[in-house]
Amino acid sequence: MDAILLQILNGLDKGSAYALIALGLTLIFGTLGVVNFAHGALFMLGAFCAVTLNNILSLSHEIVDETQTDFLGNPLRVEVPYIYDWFGPEVGASIIEWSVPLAILFSIPIMIAVGFIMERGLIKHFYKRPHADQILVTFGLAIVLQEIIKYFYGANPIPTPAPPAFTGSFDFGTMLGFEPGTIIYPYWRLVYFFFAMIIIAGVFAFLQFTTFGMVVRAGMADRETVGLLGINIDKRFTIMFAIAACVAGLAGVMYTPINSPNYHMGMDFLVLSFVVVVVGGMGSLPGAVLAGFLLGILESFASMRQVVDLLPGINQIIIYLVAIIILLTRPRGLMGRKGVMED
Amino acid sequence: MLGLEKKDTRLFLIVIGLTMLAPFLLNPFPEGSEMAQFNAGYPDLMQRFVIFGIFAIGFNILFGLTGYLSFGHAAFLGVGSYAAMWMFKLFGMNVVPALLLSVVLSGLFAVLIGYISLRRSGIYFSILTLAFAMMSYALAYSVLATDMDGPDKQGLMQKGLTGGETGLQLSVQDPRILGAKAGADGNTPVPNFFGIEMRSATEMNVGDWVFTFSAGYYFSAFVMLIAFYISIRIFRSPFGMMLRAIKSNQQRLNYTGLNPKPYMLAAFVVSGMYAGLAGGLMVAMDPLAGPERMFWTASGEVVLMTILGGVGTLIGPVLGAGLIKYMENILSKINSEILHQWFAWMPDGLEDLVVTLIYPFIGKGWHLTLGLMFMAVVIFLPGGLVEGGQRIMAALRGRKAKDKKSDADADVKPAE
Repeated sequence: MDAILLQILNGLDKGSAYALIALGLTLIFGTLGVVNFAHGALFMLGAFCAVTLNNILSLSHEIVDETQTDFLGNPLRVEVPYIYDWFGPEVGASIIEWSVPLAILFSIPIMIAVGFIMERGLIKHFYKRPHADQILVTFGLAIVLQEIIKYFYGANPIPTPAPPAFTGSFDFGTMLGFEPGTIIYPYWRLVYFFFAMIIIAGVFAFLQFTTFGMVVRAGMADRETVGLLGINIDKRFTIMFAIAACVAGLAGVMYTPINSPNYHMGMDFLVLSFVVVVVGGMGSLPGAVLAGFLLGILESFASMRQVVDLLPGINQIIIYLVAIIILLTRPRGLMGRKGVMED
Repeated sequence: MLGLEKKDTRLFLIVIGLTMLAPFLLNPFPEGSEMAQFNAGYPDLMQRFVIFGIFAIGFNILFGLTGYLSFGHAAFLGVGSYAAMWMFKLFGMNVVPALLLSVVLSGLFAVLIGYISLRRSGIYFSILTLAFAMMSYALAYSVLATDMDGPDKQGLMQKGLTGGETGLQLSVQDPRILGAKAGADGNTPVPNFFGIEMRSATEMNVGDWVFTFSAGYYFSAFVMLIAFYISIRIFRSPFGMMLRAIKSNQQRLNYTGLNPKPYMLAAFVVSGMYAGLAGGLMVAMDPLAGPERMFWTASGEVVLMTILGGVGTLIGPVLGAGLIKYMENILSKINSEILHQWFAWMPDGLEDLVVTLIYPFIGKGWHLTLGLMFMAVVIFLPGGLVEGGQRIMAALRGRKAKDKKSDADADVKPAE
């Protein structure tokens, strides 16, 4: 029982990332009808927003520290971040430590801008072209984005720690009455899960309870009629694209402490997220979220020792296997709507 | 000639000429000169040109004719590689049986994957093929690498069927029942074509130029020419027309009472066999096979090649393959020092500026150039380099001819 619970918990953080990316992908697909292969790159850009903010906050200048001396007796020259000068060393240090959560605020305008430029500058011109062209051009864009990041940040993963308040793990099992030490869970993963839940709830609430969201939903259902009613649906869809980019970016920002960001993390996630979208059902938002968590948890179950001993290698292929089975038995995915992507 | 139309015969002859004279044509700069680094006439790279050419030709039969975008074609490349490798290990170093086995095995594999994947179309087909390829990759990487019969039962030097991360390598302890266990020098033997070693090469010195003729290159080139010929025949056959009909309107085909499924499966299998052949040739040139050949980036690469060169054109995929491999091997070698040498004639500040501006696009950043080029092609030239060439030719012929041509183009889809 405790082992099962542990696997469910382990699957949650990866599942959250899948769900967030898949949600953005589905938003874009449902509104604009574009298959966005660059969505993983947006996830990666978000992660590098966190890295950049960390770098900016740690910008330092050199001062001569009279209180310390090196081994020759000369005063030591130390690097002091500017932020220490402005807020004092203690507040400054904690600001740097909290750079990942702060990067949420930092990344929102950046990701919205990126999403806006991407949609207006490139994707707009691909509405009427075949899906294969859309896949190809966004695939090219993903390569370009990841190479730009590689040029500026190098090819190695950049560790970006979580705030010290959230480092370490806690014993989840004791809270539920299991033996101590059976279910150890890192704090940050729990934070990530709740963060993902808040974002997902936010997106759904936005679509469900605002007038803007209502128009967008109407546009997803029947774009032409909404246009005929005198509503500029294109403008709203562009905003939805920016929001989807923002969701992917935020998923990336918060993922940095779990996995040090590198330039190809986006593509690694994208391939799986596409599988998630297809399993959930192309164009279905709840389907994307459900499939994200489901596949995340399945993946972590499949990597249990007992399962791997029974079926070697199952942890590597489980997601693809599930996708194949679902596509062949339920061609529209778990919650797919009729008439989406069917030719 | 050989049952080809006049236009195709001309194209085929040009391709024959280009491939046979490649050691000269790709070595335009004398040895030791500053431009010598742009020479692509060394065997290793030329082999890659033709091998990836085969891969892209095969991919084009599927994507160019039927419009089904497979994102998992590298799986067949990998299967072909492993099959050829096992042939080398178990039987002998002759490349012919090895290539045959690669083609047959990858064909069977393609029947299996194609039968399942082709039930769906569009993005679903892409995802299914991608999923299958990634599964094959994961299996080759982990499961098939675990030895089930205990360690080194047959004296084989690798783990399991695929060797996992390190992949398959030749070893002097391999059984090789029809050939020598070791070469004359006691090392692992070299793949050969009835005695002609793939690695053997003769050099020819003409003035400052050094031309290398490698047996491996000419063997691969012949295989590619055969593959190219078959692809022309497929493009011009009723079967090819059928595939094009599938691309333009599958529903209408259904209504006329024809079942498109067998045709598509045949196209998928043929293109899988091409990929397997390319994989087998890779191993024949350099006896190594690893799981990374099945990774989805490898599948993405062949998509890039085909699109860049021109989808649905005969020669496009070969051009695209050549261009990408050239960039990968030549553009990536340029570093900032070479750039500084080139722009040394500029004033100092300007020189630094120019070098800084160009630097991200070359050397290790060649992928960036590739990505930008690819995007530009998809946006502006959906027909790839071939269409670009046609447009330039049309522009050169003057306006009147161009009008005529554009009329003709209106009838003829880019899938010509």
